[in-house]
Amino acid sequence: MNVTVKLFASFRAGRFDIETAYYPVGTTVSDVADRLNLPQSELGIMMINNRHVKLDRTLADGDILALFPLLGGG
Amino acid sequence: MDSLPIFLRDHAESQLLPWSRQVEAADHFGVALAQVEEIALERGILPARYQRNRQAIPVSDQLTMFRSSVAVIGCGGLGGYVVEELARLGVGRIVVIDPDVFEEHNLNRQLFSTPANLGYAKVEVAARRVREINPAVTLVPIQEAFSPANGTELLKGCQIVVDALDTIQVRLELAEVCSAMNIPLVHGAIAGWFGHVATQFPGDGTIQAIYGSWKEGKGVEQTLGNPSFTPAVVASLEVAEVCKLLIGQGTPLRGRQLVIDLFSMEMQVINIGEGHRETA
Repeated sequence: MNVTVKLFASFRAGRFDIETAYYPVGTTVSDVADRLNLPQSELGIMMINNRHVKLDRTLADGDILALFPLLGGG
Repeated sequence: MDSLPIFLRDHAESQLLPWSRQVEAADHFGVALAQVEEIALERGILPARYQRNRQAIPVSDQLTMFRSSVAVIGCGGLGGYVVEELARLGVGRIVVIDPDVFEEHNLNRQLFSTPANLGYAKVEVAARRVREINPAVTLVPIQEAFSPANGTELLKGCQIVVDALDTIQVRLELAEVCSAMNIPLVHGAIAGWFGHVATQFPGDGTIQAIYGSWKEGKGVEQTLGNPSFTPAVVASLEVAEVCKLLIGQGTPLRGRQLVIDLFSMEMQVINIGEGHRETA
């Protein structure tokens, strides 16, 4: 299945802004993060098709996954 | 005292009260500058220092602002700019809470930090700065760490709370306290070239939604650091939210999060409101 991943802020460095790629059926948000080498401790907001999701959420064909890093500074 | 309003009326120029006259009135009538300011505003006379606030903020709203109390939690990168802007705006009472003293690594971005201020309490330096820039407003310095244990006492009487913290755990605790006390919370966070802003109304659970995946530790600021411009941008956006909330005008970022990327120069708004509960 095809999934479009949109990365934000520091996640773009050395990766991409947006990419549509093939992922096997059953892929979760966590699997995508691993494949992109994004540490789970750095993951902030995660959205599929503009709805907030958690790491264990399974993706479907055509989904758009958006990943934002966790920002905590002040 | 009865003659103070007459003095102000007689010495206002086109309904503007020059600073020199405000000081003269305080001296002559033996009252605080703050009291002169309130009496002037009540009579539709604007202290001249606020004349460029006009249109954006009418005189009646300037009075509302003067009678308001805003708490700023954290007096570092975000907090310094937030305090400066609230004081210039004319918010009458600003409560600033931070346990720290200025250290050398603050100098790249924290507005009140100078080599001469190293080692001094951030909240004390903030109080000095506010006395310099606007002696008619009151800064209440509290050199303590905010916690659920002291939070209710510290935020008592505040209409709005501004999140200028640097730890996620305390942000989540602050959000809980604000919700329980029925106080809106303006949230901001930064890391490197990036930041976000959102306004939580009591019961909205906005901060919990933003940090729903957090387990422990710091965010990416730990590796990205914080350059000078990002706190200035995010703090200013937070103060704009505070201003709107205090005067009841405009549209706040309720149920929405403004995400700022100064590296790609992109800003976007994502929904937090109904969207934050995970869908099946």
